[in-house]
Amino acid sequence: MLASPAFVPPAAPQYMHIPDGYLSPITCLIMFLVMLPFWYFGVRKLRQTMNARNVPLIALVAAFSFVIMMFNVPLPGGTTGHAVGGALAAIILGPEVASIAISIALVIQAFLFGDGGILAIGANCFNMAVVLPYVSYGIYRAIGGKSDVKSAQRVVGAVLGGYIGLTVASFFAAVEFGIQPALFHTADGTPLYAPYPLSVSIPAMVIPHMLVASIVEAVATALVVVYLQRANQPMLEIVEKPEVVGAVSGFRRLRVLWIGLAVLIIAAPLGLLAPGTAWGEWGAEELTNLGLGSVPKGLEQLSGIWGAPMPDYDIPALGNAQLAYVLSAVLGIVIIAIVSWLFTLLLTSGKVTARSQS
Amino acid sequence: MTATQSPSEPVRPHSRPPRGVIERTLADITHTLEQSLFAEEIARRQGLLQSLDPRVKVVSIILLLIAVSLSRSLVVIVGLYLVALVLAWLSSVPMGFFVKRVWLFMPFFTGIIAIPAFFLTPGPVLVQLPWGWVITRTGAMTALFLLLRVSTSVSLTVLLVLTTPWNSVLKALGVLRVPDVFVLILGMTFRYIYLLLHTTNDMLLSRKSRIVGQLNGTDERRLIAASAGTLLSKSLHLSGEVYLAMQSRGFRDYPRTMDTFKMRARDWLWGAAMLLIAVFAIWQGQ
Repeated sequence: MLASPAFVPPAAPQYMHIPDGYLSPITCLIMFLVMLPFWYFGVRKLRQTMNARNVPLIALVAAFSFVIMMFNVPLPGGTTGHAVGGALAAIILGPEVASIAISIALVIQAFLFGDGGILAIGANCFNMAVVLPYVSYGIYRAIGGKSDVKSAQRVVGAVLGGYIGLTVASFFAAVEFGIQPALFHTADGTPLYAPYPLSVSIPAMVIPHMLVASIVEAVATALVVVYLQRANQPMLEIVEKPEVVGAVSGFRRLRVLWIGLAVLIIAAPLGLLAPGTAWGEWGAEELTNLGLGSVPKGLEQLSGIWGAPMPDYDIPALGNAQLAYVLSAVLGIVIIAIVSWLFTLLLTSGKVTARSQS
Repeated sequence: MTATQSPSEPVRPHSRPPRGVIERTLADITHTLEQSLFAEEIARRQGLLQSLDPRVKVVSIILLLIAVSLSRSLVVIVGLYLVALVLAWLSSVPMGFFVKRVWLFMPFFTGIIAIPAFFLTPGPVLVQLPWGWVITRTGAMTALFLLLRVSTSVSLTVLLVLTTPWNSVLKALGVLRVPDVFVLILGMTFRYIYLLLHTTNDMLLSRKSRIVGQLNGTDERRLIAASAGTLLSKSLHLSGEVYLAMQSRGFRDYPRTMDTFKMRARDWLWGAAMLLIAVFAIWQGQ
């Protein structure tokens, strides 16, 4: 979404920098809380794998992320645009380093250049410093992972990584905008923050990104990868040879799992086609209809205890059951992934330390 | 004007050759450097906000931002915008710049998003326009909420940016429980942003000085990719050297910052006043 520039050059990429005023303070707070574990464990992981070397490295990569946004990338056809550069940073240095570095660049943009909101830092970091680098990196590794450094597969991975990474990031920004009118409005229904529901905000954000910004990101990422294949191959191997810089990623081992998960998310709407209720998951009403005639007393009492935040996987204010269904699937998976990631980190952090010290 | 034009053709007013990517990128870099020089100049002036402890300033601006963000009343948001205007005036921020900066860009950016809301939001009719267009009361309120909230927030942020030298902002972030390592990295990043901007500037200028005529699209793309790639390898190389330099000067894992700020009576007073305004605005805005 377009931001109000205070200090950035008018041409800089601002579609993704959410200014203050679009998101409710509650959303800002939640996004900030979502970011805390990413920052905390990101820094801890870097410390374990890279020691004190990470301080200047992150600073320089963050400065690079800032400066790369100034570059005008010429597209075939004559238009030019600005890349965010998050995909490139993730491909070269791994998503952990990229995530921290881009967060730093965003904090500097908010506090020292007035670009992007101060309260919205959590949301901006989530979109551009988590979604973009992790998605781009995942796609790049999935396609170009084991191939030769000079292979065309890596270039294809960079193109798709940049394109899909930024598109997914814009989708998340659109979701953050789109849930505002349903959740935060005055008594007479006047939306207080971003005014459009998901059915408007998602196409309004995602389609323009797919047509311009994501292409710029894809072109920029791929061109630099091609250049490095010719001029500086070791740069493309930093992630694979952690002793050079030290970033480690568990993506490769879990690739099959992630791809399967993606298929499941895409297939989620199929659930809408299936009639009836899953066996054994009857609600109190359905039990009566099933021929039981009455509901067991205990069950009747218990059924009132837990009201789900999204009853029947629907976000009622959305007015679109299919969309809400897919969204609740995505939200659920994101929440589960974050929680399990935190557990994994807690459980494995000891081992990582042992390895880095040996 | 090019030599191929026939003399009978009228002279076009804009006969400059179109700007290529090198020129555009150079212009963007120069603009960024200019803006931050301008901010530094204002931060050095005598004024109310300049004289305050940066920690109080950062905290109180964030309090005001929260008040703007929580408000459910347009009047309160307008009131907070007036507070920002008064603060700007007392801090010798050029008022024309301060107002224009926000309101000239607003129509192009937030306006594109807010204006359709006037017409698209269902609700009771406020104004009946020709050709069946209707501005609803709900729509007008929504659009005004968005416009005023964003412009007031941006104004407050600009105030902070303009009146505080960057190293003070960074130190003040320590108060907000931002860890020392982060603050150190932020400071280094800020410093190296300028180095990398200058490096890029030099790279592109030296290339530009060796170009006769216009580059075609393919060459431009190759040039930009090569510059970006080179900049990245320079950054990584530099990070290694900076690390060695830091180690040789005794850096071990953790930074130790020297806290030279001292809270004076007027800082406490100011903090209390801003807290009062924010609390009042939040209370009134419900």
